[in-house]
Amino acid sequence: MDANLAKPFTSIVGESNIKHSQAQLLAYSYDATANFQAKPDLILSPKNTEEIREIVKICASKKIPIVSRGSGTNLAAGTVPTQGGIVLLFNNMNRILELDEENLTITVQPGVITQDLSNFVEKHKLFYPPDPSSMKISTIGGNVSENSGGLRGLKYGVTKDYVKALTIVLPDGEVLKLGGKLAKDVAGYDLMSLLVGAEGTLGIITEITLKLIPLPISKKTGIAYFNSLEDAARTVSSIIAHKIIPVTLEFMDKGTIGAVEDFMNIGLPRDAEAMLLMEQDGNAEQVDRDIQTMIAIAKKEGATSTTMASSNEEAEILKTGRRAALSALARKRPTTILEDATVPRSEIARMVRAIQEIAEKYNVQISTFGHAGDGNLHPTCLTDVRDKEEMERVEQALAEIFHVALELGGTITGEHGVGEMKAPYLEWKLGASGIDLMKAIKNSIDPFNIMNPGKLFAKETKMRLVIHNG
Amino acid sequence: MVSELQQHMQESFKEHVNEEYLMDCMRCGFCLPACPTYLATNQDETHSPRGRIALMKAMRDGDVVWDGSVEDAFDMCLGCRACEPACPAGVQYGVLIEETRVAIQQAKPKDLMEKIVRKASFDGVFADQKKMAATVKLVQFYQKSGLQTATRKIGFLSLFPPFMKEMEGVLPKVETKKKKPPSLKPRTMRVAFFAGCLMDTLFQETNRKTIELLEWLGVEVVVPKEQQCCGALHGHSGEMDKGLRNAKANIDAFDSDDFDYIVNNAGGCGAFLSEYEKHLVNDPHYAGKAARFSEKMLDISSVFVKLGMNARLKALKSEENAIVTYQDSCHLRNVNKVFLEPRSLLQDAPGFEYKELIDAGSCCGSAGIYNLLQPEMAKKILELKMKGVRELQPSKVVTSNPGCLMQMQVGIQREGLQKEMQAVHIVDFLYDAIQKNQN
Repeated sequence: MDANLAKPFTSIVGESNIKHSQAQLLAYSYDATANFQAKPDLILSPKNTEEIREIVKICASKKIPIVSRGSGTNLAAGTVPTQGGIVLLFNNMNRILELDEENLTITVQPGVITQDLSNFVEKHKLFYPPDPSSMKISTIGGNVSENSGGLRGLKYGVTKDYVKALTIVLPDGEVLKLGGKLAKDVAGYDLMSLLVGAEGTLGIITEITLKLIPLPISKKTGIAYFNSLEDAARTVSSIIAHKIIPVTLEFMDKGTIGAVEDFMNIGLPRDAEAMLLMEQDGNAEQVDRDIQTMIAIAKKEGATSTTMASSNEEAEILKTGRRAALSALARKRPTTILEDATVPRSEIARMVRAIQEIAEKYNVQISTFGHAGDGNLHPTCLTDVRDKEEMERVEQALAEIFHVALELGGTITGEHGVGEMKAPYLEWKLGASGIDLMKAIKNSIDPFNIMNPGKLFAKETKMRLVIHNG
Repeated sequence: MVSELQQHMQESFKEHVNEEYLMDCMRCGFCLPACPTYLATNQDETHSPRGRIALMKAMRDGDVVWDGSVEDAFDMCLGCRACEPACPAGVQYGVLIEETRVAIQQAKPKDLMEKIVRKASFDGVFADQKKMAATVKLVQFYQKSGLQTATRKIGFLSLFPPFMKEMEGVLPKVETKKKKPPSLKPRTMRVAFFAGCLMDTLFQETNRKTIELLEWLGVEVVVPKEQQCCGALHGHSGEMDKGLRNAKANIDAFDSDDFDYIVNNAGGCGAFLSEYEKHLVNDPHYAGKAARFSEKMLDISSVFVKLGMNARLKALKSEENAIVTYQDSCHLRNVNKVFLEPRSLLQDAPGFEYKELIDAGSCCGSAGIYNLLQPEMAKKILELKMKGVRELQPSKVVTSNPGCLMQMQVGIQREGLQKEMQAVHIVDFLYDAIQKNQN
């Protein structure tokens, strides 16, 4: 590293909040995405918005890239500093600033861990629904930047549905405050929606106000096992068609069930082809009724067995197992590459079938789990990054999954973000004019391209596949 | 240009650190909140399991330059293995960090090591007569355990004197022999007792009481004479070959069908003993014997529960109601998965109300000889631990391992709480509770 690079930043954040040893540069060179790694030049831990402003101003004048990083759990290489520069941490900005019980909002710094926020508000009988699977580790800042989803998305929506106000440091060092503790606000363009899910490419979020709702009084969890993936998928569509919107409608296939059972040892049946985890919350009477109806629907659609979690603890264990699915699958092969393709929920059965066919066609091992109720599936390729020939087939299979998802009216990513990994496919979804508009926005806000460069926009778009049937 | 040391180190990592195990880590980060050093460093990824695994891989692949910061990242690991139960991918972190320590130990230039030892000896212990006197007791143990060469190489003596000052105050006092509780007849079980080198020198009383309690519960106890130090500290310091030498000696010493279980009362030893099987799986002569040995290994709390001690504790009545809490031994919890048994015994102990300590499953910073090697980090971790203890205000902090016991007592003294509370080994705690309330 250029020894002079650290100097101006040291005077801003102080010696103890700057990292650049060999070990540290390596330890901030990755996130949870397979096959992406690049070292930053410097790692900084600012303490407040003002320090971030000063950092950004220097970066703007010297054209140094800045990558904001929460806990590094990103699944699309969004927090890998692939063009070097500065990794910005929020470990010194992790305080809950205010709980406003009259407006039902909470104001936090970006470094607060999602689970800690959730636990905190639940102590006050309030509820923050977005619950990405990594919530024990992930930060709220990361969730907002990625517009993270989770297991409760079906009924309660995703992160953007809860963001009420943001403080942002723009690429020129100016501070922008958006939104407020308001139920209604139509003053101008909805810039907040632009910033939420921008993956750190437009500015640095330094303070967040979130909407809370009252904590539901009661919840119950049902489980159904199936002999075929399609029976499970049909059950999902049928539940929605019966006008039930459960909190959670999660799906795991046989491979995933086995991997989770290896980790958790909770007695999941390894011979089941598919499993649905169904949760409802609300008042006790309606919760009971909905769960009973869902179980009846599952039976009608061919569930081989159904059961109810006997307690909240048991339900929690089942959900913990589901949240660990991706990492548990890593037991099977050296490399796991997962996708996030999402289709309208009516198409879930077709998507599941297509994934199976694609796995066979390219002779790759794919296990699928995901938020079936949202049409958001996580087909996961189990492979070995050291095997070049297999990796090529994996890439082809994943590209075809994107293709099919788009054909079914879906998208290339439901909740993980585009990052650098899916950038070559973004144009498939948005078209050339969509990409051009996005680029125009990016250029006008960040003309020197210092905010998380290399993400969202690819140097080259992948050739769209021509699918030969048969 | 790549330096000779760098090349040497890279080759050593390639030779000793299992690539397949490294590939098991998919970097999801689920280990982060479980790691005491990650938390104590305000979330420094360098001091997390995920970061260390990435560094191991980078050393193999030549993606990082070997320097003090890389070495420090590995040295800072407690080896508490709290990351293992937290890891959905089943990464064998314990094996990886042990292999890493072997790799480093093998490749490090020896002349430099000697320099460190010299400095430690002459500037530290041998320079000050008082320090020397205080060190003797523990040094005897290190000599007896055969650990001397291992620990010298890692230069821990330089850190010994300041720690000894505190340690001196917490070393157990020899008690006068009290009336032996009557034992149940007839004998229901026969067990072999693994005495452990530290437990058998500094904690003789605890060992005596362990045997007495087992006899009280109707068990016949044998103590094989040829047994040695379990080898855990060697294994954890990059001297696995010496650790396995001890392992083989112990396997031979306990190779008999004459008893149902091999019982130990120190969590750190127990974990290593139960992993003899794993370490010797490819040894043609010892693989089978090691498997039999590890299968019979059981910790003292599990044995007490098996023998029905809970019911016997419940039968004893007491008017008192002091608060007791439990600090897990990391290896007993994370490796042997034993955490319910000691708690159930404390819940049933007469005269006490059991209350759970916040983050009881998280390391106290003792970690074998870690508190000697990394006193600053150990101090930070202990401070976090003591926060919970201060809130709970127990009269007894019970542990299942001598290292944890001394560390917790150091913590209590640092907080100036020694009048209000005391750290005790679970065997001593149960022995006293039974004796006090027995008519």
